[in-house]
Amino acid sequence: MSWLLVLPLLVPLTTGILCLVLPGRTAQRVLGLAGALGLLAAGLALLAQVQRQGIQAVQIGNWPAPFGITFVADHLSALMVLISGVVAVAVALFALAENDQAREGLGYYALGHLLLFGVNGAFLTGDLFNLYVWFEVLLLASFVLMILGGSKAQLAGGVKYFAVSLLSSILFLVAVGLLYGATGALNMADLALRVERVHPGLLTALSMLFLVAFGLKAAVFPFFFWLPASYPAPPAMISALFAGLLTKVGVYALIRVFTLIFTHDTGFTHSLILWVAGFTLLLGALMALAQGELRRLLSFQLVSHIGYMLMGLGILTPLALAGSVFYALNHMIVIAALFLLAGLLQRLQGTTVLVRMGGLYGPYPWLAVLFLLPGLSLAGLPPFSGFWAKYTLVAAGLQAGQYGIVAVALLVGLLTLLSMGLVFAEVFWKKAPEGARAAPGGLGGRVLPVGLLAVLTLAIGLWAEPLLSLSQAAARELLEPAGYIQAVLGVSR
Amino acid sequence: MEILLAFLVGGLAAVGVYLMLRPHLIQFLIGFLVLGNAANLLIFTAGRLGSQFPPLVQPSGAVLEPYANPLPQALILTAIVIGFALAAFGIVLFYRAQQALGTLNAETILEAPDVSPAPSPVDELPTEGVRR
Amino acid sequence: MNTLILKTTSRFLFTLLLLLSVFLLLRGHNEPGGGFIGALVAVGAYALFALAHGVSAARKLLPLPPLRLVGWGLLVALLSALPALLLGRPLMTGQWFSLLGVKLGTPILFDIGVYLTVFGALLSAIFGLEEAAHHPSEDA
Repeated sequence: MSWLLVLPLLVPLTTGILCLVLPGRTAQRVLGLAGALGLLAAGLALLAQVQRQGIQAVQIGNWPAPFGITFVADHLSALMVLISGVVAVAVALFALAENDQAREGLGYYALGHLLLFGVNGAFLTGDLFNLYVWFEVLLLASFVLMILGGSKAQLAGGVKYFAVSLLSSILFLVAVGLLYGATGALNMADLALRVERVHPGLLTALSMLFLVAFGLKAAVFPFFFWLPASYPAPPAMISALFAGLLTKVGVYALIRVFTLIFTHDTGFTHSLILWVAGFTLLLGALMALAQGELRRLLSFQLVSHIGYMLMGLGILTPLALAGSVFYALNHMIVIAALFLLAGLLQRLQGTTVLVRMGGLYGPYPWLAVLFLLPGLSLAGLPPFSGFWAKYTLVAAGLQAGQYGIVAVALLVGLLTLLSMGLVFAEVFWKKAPEGARAAPGGLGGRVLPVGLLAVLTLAIGLWAEPLLSLSQAAARELLEPAGYIQAVLGVSR
Repeated sequence: MEILLAFLVGGLAAVGVYLMLRPHLIQFLIGFLVLGNAANLLIFTAGRLGSQFPPLVQPSGAVLEPYANPLPQALILTAIVIGFALAAFGIVLFYRAQQALGTLNAETILEAPDVSPAPSPVDELPTEGVRR
Repeated sequence: MNTLILKTTSRFLFTLLLLLSVFLLLRGHNEPGGGFIGALVAVGAYALFALAHGVSAARKLLPLPPLRLVGWGLLVALLSALPALLLGRPLMTGQWFSLLGVKLGTPILFDIGVYLTVFGALLSAIFGLEEAAHHPSEDA
């Protein structure tokens, strides 16, 4: 059944290619949605397969590991692929309703699916250098998407995004090269076996290189400055895709290398990750409170909540890692919903500057509800998915005696609630300011994907058990890499 | 030889970082290319120079002597291609940015009026347009 | 840059460079060469022609718009990966067969895909820059 493992790669690649080859806009629109649905189905099938038969591995080109490139799907990879399929479907639906002819003509659907191709490749690969290549695939697609349409704000944001991405790519490349020099291996399972023979000091230095390289991609403290400078620039159908997926690839890479390879000195490396998590949480939340523009505010919220995912990685207990995984999955859905919603609000009022918005509660009470569902989920209130994610992390932190980070996590939950309340008050509660657009355009089908994501976060909150137990399975696999190594190399540690 | 190359890598990296820190974006791009070369040389050196570690062994156990380790070369080739694609995209991007924004000075782009942070809600209502 | 010398020589060089690029593509089968380097040479041929005769003249010599070529190139590369999957082997396993004594296989198909992709992507970047340089108002 090796084809099931490569299906999440083949579906977006085929869709992207067909969108490039077929000239008609209608064909591209149909393909865009069909490809996203196909990816979702492939993700479901892969997860079911992993659930039934354990970790799946396939040797691309039939070159045996550790010489060839391996693709591996454990619970973590399969879950990430699945949720990226969910985000893809929502964004595709939004793009269909948005009907942005100029950007569709420039290849929006092709680029979007090539981006998904890169993202899923990064989730599934079992080879460190191959991970670098997937990063570049998704980066190149995201560069073009970032400036697609070529507005001034997009170009200015694109330059910053491009510059920072180049830097992190080189750091990643250097880190991979040095690790190869020290161990002679690139296959992650093989690396996990070989790092024992490397001097621990050298290994710690290498792990720091990886922390910086992936930290730049994941936008954690102190490397998050670029994200709020670039993510608000492109339109919602692009920024939601970025917000939902791209930083999570960085987080995934961090979780992968810091559970599989760099576990020699957790007292140093993982404590450092905890500090990074704490500062990311706190600074992101505080900066979000200082923003007067909705999409910049959401960008800082995005940064802040990356800290929660790192927090679980830093604590490194089964419960904490399960919390991290659950948080990442939940956050992909919630933040994509909020960025899409920002697109809706911009359409209604012609701006996302909070002072110039307002008075939407009267004409659109249901839109307020639609905002509150993901907004409160982000803040971690029950009965939404964000509550269980935070609850798991806080419980794990208390178990492990990490009271400092727990305090920060709870405080940031409060700050997030404050920030969401502020947005609610500004956008929905307060009276429309003078000169605000009075006769808003229709929303049409744009509401559907936001509604779907909002209902999904509520549904996960009400029935948290399945996703939570899957996250726990993922955490178990991460903490006992023997299964992963066995699946890839066919030998046990 | 390794020592020599190590110094070369260090020198290239220093030049690359210096250029990347300059305000002009073309200098940044050139810095990226130099730093990329430093990274490639580093991988090359890290993969052991010369052919003292033969990578190919025949089924009989005989070692194929004159071959160097091909893997670092494959990695570098991939990295060069990717760096090439990034640089090509960067040139086009910076050209467009120059046309649209009228500048390639990183510090001026940061302060471009219509991309600066929007006013916070407690501020006075601005008179000028900040609309995206 | 449209001097008489460049205009005249570019016609000959164009053909020669294209031939060289195909040679490099096929040589990559067993020796140094391959789709990437072959495509670079072909792009060089088109870039030279565009310099001498203008971008629109160079565009007329293309069967398809450059970005469409990227799509076809990727499609060819994808097709080269699939036969192995249909035969129950892992993706991208090389499949070989003989035709009139010439050993053919999916890797050469993959190389052709790489050739088209690199060719189309680079050419669209170069054409875009050239056109923007001559008609800056179009992009502003």
